[in-house]
Amino acid sequence: MPETPPPFDPHAYATVTAPLLGLDLDPTWMAAITANLGVLAAAAELVAGFPLPDAVEAAPRFEA
Amino acid sequence: MNIPPVSDATTIAAAISQGRASAREVVASALDRIARIDGRVGAFTDVLTERARMRAETLDAAIARGEAIGPLAGVPFAVKNLIDVAGLPTRAGSKINRDCPPAARDGTVVRRLEEAGAILVGALNMGEYAYDFTGENVHDGDAHNPHALDHMTGGSSGGSGAAVAAGLVPLTLGSDTNGSIRVPAAFCGCFGMKPTYGRISRAGSFPFVGSLDHLGPMARSVADLALAYDALQGPDPEDPVLTSRVPEPASPSLESGIGGLRIAVAGGYFARGGDPEAFTAVARVAEALGASREVELPEAHRARAAAYLITAAEGATLHLDRLRTRPRDFDPAVRDRLIAGAMIPAPFVERAQRFRRWYRDAVLTVFDSVDVILAPATPCRAPKGGQTHFVLDGVTLPVRANIGLFTQPISFIGLPVVAVPVRLDAGLPLGVQVIAAPWREDLVLRVARQLERDGICTAPVAEIA
Repeated sequence: MPETPPPFDPHAYATVTAPLLGLDLDPTWMAAITANLGVLAAAAELVAGFPLPDAVEAAPRFEA
Repeated sequence: MNIPPVSDATTIAAAISQGRASAREVVASALDRIARIDGRVGAFTDVLTERARMRAETLDAAIARGEAIGPLAGVPFAVKNLIDVAGLPTRAGSKINRDCPPAARDGTVVRRLEEAGAILVGALNMGEYAYDFTGENVHDGDAHNPHALDHMTGGSSGGSGAAVAAGLVPLTLGSDTNGSIRVPAAFCGCFGMKPTYGRISRAGSFPFVGSLDHLGPMARSVADLALAYDALQGPDPEDPVLTSRVPEPASPSLESGIGGLRIAVAGGYFARGGDPEAFTAVARVAEALGASREVELPEAHRARAAAYLITAAEGATLHLDRLRTRPRDFDPAVRDRLIAGAMIPAPFVERAQRFRRWYRDAVLTVFDSVDVILAPATPCRAPKGGQTHFVLDGVTLPVRANIGLFTQPISFIGLPVVAVPVRLDAGLPLGVQVIAAPWREDLVLRVARQLERDGICTAPVAEIA
């Protein structure tokens, strides 16, 4: 998976989101957290790039 | 004991059932080998010496009384340490879980194997909380690849692969969320089976990603995989996603061969992005099976991305309280990924789950015209221990996040797979995924057995330097 992050500011996002989640982040962790957020955002962009009909529902079961 | 000290499960069970060996002798031999070798391999975190000896004595006494013991009579086995073992805290590769009370009873899969006559001898090393493809563990030390101790085992069921490859036990259990059985099977050169999602009970195991978690066996022979798989099936109200299908034993059809099976190679996404050797291994297996056709699993790259998102989000949700209260007790590499996963906006995850439905339907359509699909298990041979980046197809990528790029799109929709070992040369082994439609474990085991019988896929015990 490419490490190239999409154009958003993961550092600012992590800083705002951490208190909402009750997470106390050590500043030394931020580089790794934001790098991971970048990878996740790229993955989300890839998934979102596929057009899905509204009728497609989530698949928690996989019975054939 | 009239069998070699390192034998497969089928050989051991036959010898014990026929009185050519005793369970006591077999267990003593396994415990001795673990004591002599595991210090270099790092497969075990707990060795259950007294429990195993007592169980062996009980079995021998039952055999002496003429009682039938079961198809795994006296077979020593060990389980990834996320599976409950009575009397041990289920650490799941973590430091934090060691503070949990000891498990009150064994997990369902342990009970099932012991009901079939097997003997639990220990719990096995793993990547922390199963969020791992390397087999490395900062708390317990890394598991080492028995075929080259300075290389990774693959993970997260690293101890499970290493214990089998080193001949410490013939049979282990692992878990596979995104590839955690198939990757160490490939790197350690043994057979690994990930059954259909919902086939085997996960009750009494520590979860990672509930909608992706599977348990399954690893072994050095396909017959052993089938024996274990057959013993592991059955109803269990304690696993909410367990199938209501009646058990479908695979051993009876194991020697049926591949006649009439439509076998194809996965193209597109599964034919690029790895070392050439990974694809050579697939080609060797395909040639042996006479599989010249290629099929495409549509949008596999997006399936992998969606699996990545769901894993991060579900895993983070599971661990959120621990991330709040004990973040410094995590492996930093796991903690930082989980924290990022906790921050994923809900629409990203929901979209990934909806895509999963579309992808599942699309892939099931492929199985209208093919019975078995072949794909690489990993993009490369086992990297060096501690290696953080590798170059795949000219692109430098982080190792941890990318070892599973060929396994993730398969487990994402719960398909049954046997990872078969391939030795192209004197170097480290590679693995190939043999994949079928849901509930067709019988087919992947038949194909794996044919490859083993033809000498294409073998799992010799590693010679530990």
